[in-house]
Amino acid sequence: MIHTVLIGLGVLIAILTVVAALGLLPSLRIVPDDTHFDFTRFRRISFPISAALSIVAITLFFTHGLNLGIDFKGGTLLEVKARSGTADIAAMRTTLDALGLGEVQLQQFGGPENVLIRVAEQPGGDAAQQAALQKLRGALGDSVDIQRTEVLGPRVAGELLAYGMLGLMLAIVAILIYLWFRFEWQFALGAMIANVHDIVLTIGFMSISQVDFDLTSIAALLTILGYSLNDTVVIYDRIREMLRRYKKMPMPQLLNESINSTLSRSIITHFTVTLALLALLLFGGHAIHSFTAVMMFGVVLVGTYTSIFIAAPILIYLGVGEHREDAPDTATPAKKSKA
Amino acid sequence: MLYFTRWKALGIILTALIVCLCAVPNFFPEAQVKTWPAWAQRRLVLGLDLQGGSYLLLEVDSAYVKKERLDQIRDDVRRTLRDAKIGFTGGVTVRNDAVEVRITKETDAQVALAKLRELSQPLGGLMGSSGQRDLEVADASGGVIRLSIPQAAMLDRMRKTIEQSIQIVERRVNELGTVEPVIQRQGNDRILVQVPGLQDPTRLKELLGKTAKMEFRMVDTSVPPDQAQAGRLPPESELLMSASPPPTPYVVKKQVLVAGGDLTDAQASFDQRTGEPVVSFKFNTSGARKFSQATQENVGLPFAIVLDNKVISAPVIREPITGGQGQISGNFTVQSANDLAILLRAGALPAPLTVVEERTVGPGLGQDSIEKGELAAYVGSILVIVFMLLTYRLFGVFANIAVAINVAMIFGLLSLLNATLTLPGIAGIVLTVGIAVDSNVLIYERIREELRGGRNAISAIDAGFKRALATILDSNITTFIAAAVLFYIGTGPVRGFAVTLGIGIITTVFTAFTLTRLIVAWWVRWKRPQSVPI
Repeated sequence: MIHTVLIGLGVLIAILTVVAALGLLPSLRIVPDDTHFDFTRFRRISFPISAALSIVAITLFFTHGLNLGIDFKGGTLLEVKARSGTADIAAMRTTLDALGLGEVQLQQFGGPENVLIRVAEQPGGDAAQQAALQKLRGALGDSVDIQRTEVLGPRVAGELLAYGMLGLMLAIVAILIYLWFRFEWQFALGAMIANVHDIVLTIGFMSISQVDFDLTSIAALLTILGYSLNDTVVIYDRIREMLRRYKKMPMPQLLNESINSTLSRSIITHFTVTLALLALLLFGGHAIHSFTAVMMFGVVLVGTYTSIFIAAPILIYLGVGEHREDAPDTATPAKKSKA
Repeated sequence: MLYFTRWKALGIILTALIVCLCAVPNFFPEAQVKTWPAWAQRRLVLGLDLQGGSYLLLEVDSAYVKKERLDQIRDDVRRTLRDAKIGFTGGVTVRNDAVEVRITKETDAQVALAKLRELSQPLGGLMGSSGQRDLEVADASGGVIRLSIPQAAMLDRMRKTIEQSIQIVERRVNELGTVEPVIQRQGNDRILVQVPGLQDPTRLKELLGKTAKMEFRMVDTSVPPDQAQAGRLPPESELLMSASPPPTPYVVKKQVLVAGGDLTDAQASFDQRTGEPVVSFKFNTSGARKFSQATQENVGLPFAIVLDNKVISAPVIREPITGGQGQISGNFTVQSANDLAILLRAGALPAPLTVVEERTVGPGLGQDSIEKGELAAYVGSILVIVFMLLTYRLFGVFANIAVAINVAMIFGLLSLLNATLTLPGIAGIVLTVGIAVDSNVLIYERIREELRGGRNAISAIDAGFKRALATILDSNITTFIAAAVLFYIGTGPVRGFAVTLGIGIITTVFTAFTLTRLIVAWWVRWKRPQSVPI
């Protein structure tokens, strides 16, 4: 069934390609060519909003916390598939509760036959986790197929968490240094503030949605970081170019010009990335579900917003082109088109 | 920007083609690829999350290693002082990670110190040039001499222990007959074991969880076990329990007749009389001599076969065993006899191993993940391709050709590096498709802008490429840094994601700088366009 659909879509693409090559397709423009939104003035709203959201996210992080996955918390996780076709969760719970392993979490996912079993870390070090796994395997017996197991001792989990956090910091610092080399320090700092803003909001999202925070979440965070920066750098590149070309254009106008002229690129690219992520979210299976969900939030919602409404306008506060506002403006956008 | 010499164009196409061709071995069955020349055999490796298998992280017990070393030092100290006839009071004690001894006469203290200093060896043997030694002998006040292990010596010892352990682990894992297991050292005290296709690692863990220190010792018949349990244990003997239930105590002499290191072979077999599973073994020459001598001296007495301080069996020596061969019986099943034979053949671990991390994926789940990942990849690619066609028409076709070659090159490079493809890795490729078109979008939008600025078609295309490429480089390097960090900190599936993301960035930049430009350049030369249909 799915293969037929794919073949059909392949044929459609072939036809579209031929039609497009012949120049017979109408052009689809998501963004009109000449936009003149005053993004910079919007900073008086976007900065307080972002500040408020960040505070909410941080508060959530401290009150609600993150749903630490097994990677960082330790313990045992089993993914089982009932041989009968339908898992009797109630019966399973009774059996597993009797093992005396503390709280046993059971969760259905995917279909009626799949159950995720989580057992918190057992006191008594690494050997105790292994013993718990042995008990679980024994108690479940032949009624289920064990699809996946993960057992992490307390020390490894702690190390992974420390490592993940270290990596996140390292990435931020490395990128900061790179930007510092390529741009002026204000740009590097602006990008970094935007960065931290992205991560804080995404962590807030993880706290609300309570998706598992594990190694793949760190991967998602780092991708969001790289991707959002990618976007910021595109706009910064343009700002730098404009700064060199129009020596006297006032900063807010210059920023607006820069954002507007890269706007269609930003939106088209975000659209294609969204399409790719959507495919992963809908068809990629539960194993990477939380990974893509986090990425979708971070890349699509936060990343775009940040580059346009935070990363660019913040340059004003960081003192980029301070002298400009005093000088009378002689350059106009009309002049730019002749340049 | 739009001018390419013939050689340059050829170089670009050849590079792309060769990299793409590297992906070819993945489309043939593994058995067939094995018959190809070695340079053509490089292919993608499926991660454990896709092909199913077990991942174990084992930790060497560093406290045990330290304790063993301290005990050895204590014995050395005792022997040295006795040999030199130097009196000490209160015995030799192990305290606070050091061995301490109190010399009775203060006049002996300097001699004792000199004698004990001889125990200290330079690190790394005679060739060692670090100037560090494996033992620090210090004169603590009041006639007390303190011997401690310097940090460097301890690290050296751990390194050796890990190396030995890896060898033993390798032998034991290979005995399971698994396909291409991966055994690597990780950090200072850990060993990573990956066994593809092994769904239930319980037996593997049992094999790795035993140090398998095998000893042949005499049973002490002077005291019945129940009296020994009550406290009347002779100093040269110790109380050991039986390996098989019910736990039965044995009084066993501490002196080892022959140790497992003298075994050359061990096989599971069946006893010819009783038909029960047994393990038959062979000694090397020195082991055979020691064993034959011991059995000659002790006919009629029981001896104990001790494995990891548990008594497997305690048979009575009926006649001297001189052939250097024997068999162990002890309530074995076929499986446990087999396991013991494996352990004896592979040798003893220098220190116990604990499983600190374990992850397994069943083959069914792996297959399911592959299918879902593939589907998501197809759907994602189709959506992006259609969207690009609708947005940029002819230039959308160019972009799609570039992206298709880009993805083929990602697979080519991954194969060339023998990289591991994981489920997040597939997600990384899908994401790359979404991001790869960004370079085209940047170029095209810039061309449109230049056109609006009043340039003619060819000059706009030229300027569009020139300006966009700098941005493409800058923006991709930031993502590449993130991928590099992720590769460094990640393990398993996450590392797979970092690899595909990083390689995807490299191929994206390559195609943007060369292929896309080449395609457009050809089109310009062919059409001499007055306007750009973009």
